[in-house]
Amino acid sequence: MVSSYFKELFDRANQGRLAYFFVIAHIFAGTYLVYTQPRSNLAFLVLITSFLSLYFFRTSSRFKLVAGVVLALVIVPIVGVRNIFYLEVIFQIAVFAALALGLNIVVGFAGLLDLGYVAFYAVGAYLWAFFGSQQFYVLHFAPGTQPSDLPFLLPGDTFYMFILVGIIVAGVTGIILGLPVLRLRGDYLAIVTLGFGEVIRVLANNLDKPLNFTNGPQGITPIQRPTMPDMVVDWFNGIFGGVVGHDVSPANLYNLMFYLYALIMIIVIIFVTRRLNDSKIGRAWTAVREDETAAIAQGIPLVRMKLTAFAVGASFAGAMGVLLAASRTFISPESFSFMQSIGVLSMVILGGAGSIPGVILGAATVTILNLQVLQGFSLYLNELRQSDAVIPIINFAWKDLSTQLDPAKYQRLLFGLILILMMIFRPAGLIPASRRKRELDRDETK
Amino acid sequence: MKQFLKRINFYELVRPVGQMLTFSVGSAVCMSVIAVVLALILDQTYIGADIMEKYRVTLFTYTMINLPQVVIDGLTIGFVYAAIALGYTMVYGVLEFINFAHSEIFAVGAFVGVEFLIALGSAGVLSGASLPMAYAYLTLAIFLGMLAAGGLAVTVERVAYRPLRGASRLVPLISAIGVSFLLQDVIRLVEGVTTGQFNRIFPTFGNFDARIIFGKLAMGASKITMGISVKSIIVIVSAVLMLVALNYLVNATRIGKAIRAVAQDRSTASLMGINVNRIISLTFLVGGLLGGAAGVLYALKFTRIDPFVGFFPGLKAFTAAVLGGIGNMTGALLGGIVLGMLETFAGSYMGVFTMGAAGSEYKDIFAFSILILVLIFRPQGLMGKHVGQKA
Amino acid sequence: MSKSRNSVFKMMVAAGMTLALCGSVGAADKAIKIATQSPLSGDQSVVGVDIKRGAEMALEQLGKPLADMGFKVELAPFDDQANPDTGVANAKRIVSDPAILAVVGHYNSGVQIPSSEVYHTSGLVNVSPANTNPKVTTRGYLEVNRIVGRDDVQGVVGADFASAKGAKTAFVVHDKTAYGQGIAEFFKKKAEENGIKVLGFEGTEEKANFDALLSPVIAGNPDVVYFGGMAYQAAVLFKQARERGYEGMFLSDDGFDSSDAAGAGGATLTSGGGTFYSTVSGPASVYPGTAKFIADFQAKYKAAPQPFAAQGFDSMAISLKAIENAAKANKNEVPTREAVAKAVRELKDFKGITGNFTFNNIGDPEKALYFVIQVKSPDPAKWSENEVVQTLEIAPPK
Repeated sequence: MVSSYFKELFDRANQGRLAYFFVIAHIFAGTYLVYTQPRSNLAFLVLITSFLSLYFFRTSSRFKLVAGVVLALVIVPIVGVRNIFYLEVIFQIAVFAALALGLNIVVGFAGLLDLGYVAFYAVGAYLWAFFGSQQFYVLHFAPGTQPSDLPFLLPGDTFYMFILVGIIVAGVTGIILGLPVLRLRGDYLAIVTLGFGEVIRVLANNLDKPLNFTNGPQGITPIQRPTMPDMVVDWFNGIFGGVVGHDVSPANLYNLMFYLYALIMIIVIIFVTRRLNDSKIGRAWTAVREDETAAIAQGIPLVRMKLTAFAVGASFAGAMGVLLAASRTFISPESFSFMQSIGVLSMVILGGAGSIPGVILGAATVTILNLQVLQGFSLYLNELRQSDAVIPIINFAWKDLSTQLDPAKYQRLLFGLILILMMIFRPAGLIPASRRKRELDRDETK
Repeated sequence: MKQFLKRINFYELVRPVGQMLTFSVGSAVCMSVIAVVLALILDQTYIGADIMEKYRVTLFTYTMINLPQVVIDGLTIGFVYAAIALGYTMVYGVLEFINFAHSEIFAVGAFVGVEFLIALGSAGVLSGASLPMAYAYLTLAIFLGMLAAGGLAVTVERVAYRPLRGASRLVPLISAIGVSFLLQDVIRLVEGVTTGQFNRIFPTFGNFDARIIFGKLAMGASKITMGISVKSIIVIVSAVLMLVALNYLVNATRIGKAIRAVAQDRSTASLMGINVNRIISLTFLVGGLLGGAAGVLYALKFTRIDPFVGFFPGLKAFTAAVLGGIGNMTGALLGGIVLGMLETFAGSYMGVFTMGAAGSEYKDIFAFSILILVLIFRPQGLMGKHVGQKA
Repeated sequence: MSKSRNSVFKMMVAAGMTLALCGSVGAADKAIKIATQSPLSGDQSVVGVDIKRGAEMALEQLGKPLADMGFKVELAPFDDQANPDTGVANAKRIVSDPAILAVVGHYNSGVQIPSSEVYHTSGLVNVSPANTNPKVTTRGYLEVNRIVGRDDVQGVVGADFASAKGAKTAFVVHDKTAYGQGIAEFFKKKAEENGIKVLGFEGTEEKANFDALLSPVIAGNPDVVYFGGMAYQAAVLFKQARERGYEGMFLSDDGFDSSDAAGAGGATLTSGGGTFYSTVSGPASVYPGTAKFIADFQAKYKAAPQPFAAQGFDSMAISLKAIENAAKANKNEVPTREAVAKAVRELKDFKGITGNFTFNNIGDPEKALYFVIQVKSPDPAKWSENEVVQTLEIAPPK
């Protein structure tokens, strides 16, 4: 009953001018709150959810486009530069959204459960890490014993070229990996891809002898970034300096730059995905996902279609890997564990496999949960523990709460719960793909 | 008494033991031959010279002398993998579904057993216990581990898998992954709140650490002792007993017949009057019992456990099940022993054969590579039926 | 579509309300926070949690001088999940909280290095209890300091000790982490320079099943087996090696310094050639403060402290002292981050429970004391009575 009440309320608000009003009000409220309370979690959340309201309210698509651009390119960067933690959150949302979109092609469109997606991410990252750092000259040194004054192999500006190289190399890796195993059934494929993911991680951890390619568990650092001309720094500070309140250092501008690159990647991925989805290949993917036997009967070349999905998904991950390596200036095998694969998978499942807005929402939700909400909650609990506060009704002193009950520590629990609950209660995800939505709606009206 | 003896199907008791013997001996011989041949070939190259310099024997001698110990180690871990693999294979046979959470069932069994023994230890009962009492305590710990694991398996099936039975194949698989992650952190939470510790150590008592020495072999300047520890004997004997019992249950009892019927064709089985849900729960229970016992045995042999102890053995046991032919119990047995042997041989000899370039770091991905290769070239496993493109 | 809108809406509302509870906490006038970053989840949480606990205890026991000045000092623990991405995100969050004046962390050098770039750009001082990778300080940042020795010194200490004991052959095993492999590499390098034949150099992520790894070890029968890594892995390896008939000497690094090693290894640690380990934190017999720390830790957390818990304690103590000095210089007002960073460097001979600290110009402790300790008893309760067989005073490389 509560839900239908909200539904009515929402439908009434969602018409004509009122919709525009709400969206603009939301955006303004968010901006104002974040501007005045730079460290408040709630304010940040209000601003981020304004993207959601932009999506749901019925406004003209031109308005959505303009408002979206203003939000993403003007408001968010300024907010981010004032409080660099928010910029980091947004950057990670952008990176994970791109990764989730790539995995969405494999899991959501073609129905292939890939548990080792992070392997392609690692391939891209280590590619740029090797060529964009001193690692070439370190080949004969054991990890940790190299001198610190070696030259770099390639100049930092080749980064742009390497995004392309990363796409190609990761795509080829996807084809090589996929060719032998895509004949297998869904659950076997899942385990094999898990195996691949682990193999890549172990290789990254161990390819430090006899030739030191990856520098083992210590990772590769420093990795170069593309140069940022001083002109850009001055220009930015000139225009936005007053609004931000202080001079922005080049380091922060780099963060901003990579955030913008991640956004560009997302737009490219969305564009490619939608074109593919609307083409013959997309329809073939839908057929393969729904019923493989029938698809074969229709004459669809099964393995080739699956391979295409695999390779396309892999190439996006590779590009993001190159971006990650350059933005962090450091990578290590710890970023490419099984947990990360499951993390990206849970983003796709949570948001809705096969649905582009759903997957972006899933990525944003999981990242915010992981970085902000859980940590914020546990920090809050910690403050309570150090104070003399008491839970009112049962008179339980916060101090006595076991230090083991710390929400930030239980990331796996969170992922596991998301997966189980979504599968049982809402397997189509938070924002189901339009095809599923039609099925759901049909079921509703029956 | 005679009636009872007549009703026992002795063939079904002896057959699995025979199978285990064949598999063990067979795989030992195969692996040994491969290792020796490799050693002979490499002896002619500079690798042989390097070994000569380091250990003062030829590569061939080195390989031969270490062989018995490596075989014994391979058998021990192979039987553990086989016990866990049976859990995977039984569930797959009945439901055509990979129970990803089985690795955590294994872990829970290990924890319950170890915690029980630690509690006994702090009550002071263990240190002065006589030998028979020590074995009694160990058996009790194994039983408790089995019960806890079995109970958990049935609960997980009820809560997380049964509601999803009608859905597409991927849905329960994703749910299983979720359960696995959830359980890992739940174990960590429970351990953290009750004991404050992450690692748990299997208490020392009884004569388990003792070693029975067969003999000494001279190698260069040093002597290698060949022996088997009492722990390994316990692990192998317990595993064999459990596997025989399981085989008897499935192949020589009425309930076993029901399980096989459900595995073959679920709807027809229910037409025959079999309560399919109950049989499925029973399958999970049995798989859980085995996994729990394997957990306690693993803790006995390897001393230390932590909440994430289930991940790698679980994955390798699944590899073993696939290697042998998933859905096929004999296959799981074969796969477990073969994989244990392969892994131990690889871990022991790779470092020496490659002159340090690839050592036992690659032991784990050896198992994954086997999995990938098997699935590419022979997806039905060594003993299974064709499992290619099915909807 | 409406249904999904609804549920999303509801979820957002719920999330928002939760966050409203833990939104911005009003900063009291003279509130100071010290953050810790270590892995609190995942398989490295054993050590990470105890680093945080050590720091927590230090705050409790040594926070009085600041409280007397009218400041409210709080601990802000963060979980970096042993993941560089999380570490950097947390670092940015830490840096944007103006009340935080110091960071105690990290455990993984791989997380510390990128996170400290963030600390550096904001001038926030970072005292590291456990990062041994030389790269941590060779960048020369004012803000980065560490109280532990470096890999390139500890490994050398171990190798020299092995030579002094007359070892001619060695087998090196490590745990495939930046810490363990780092020390093992330097041990190997120095051992080879000293004329010890290194029969094998293997890493393993395996925590329990060392059978396969031990075959070449036993076959080679080296005079010394060196393990670079943590206590519970090392102790199980040593135990299994002893059980298979290895009688030589065991040698390890300061990750071995935990009574859990005796718990896992038991009598095998004292038999045969004995077990030795190098460490920068002296046992209770040299530093009475350590004994008190262990007893207090046991009483408060009902478990023995893991490696680096004592270093967590000292890092917090150093941070507190530096803040106190900076505050006094600032007329008892909250000091700036820059002032605190300078104050850390200006500390002379700070008496901690793991050593006396003075930082050189890149943040390494000047002339750290290195001990080589022999395990004397299989009883975990008697761990602090292990005997010091060698004490060295070594300055870190420039």
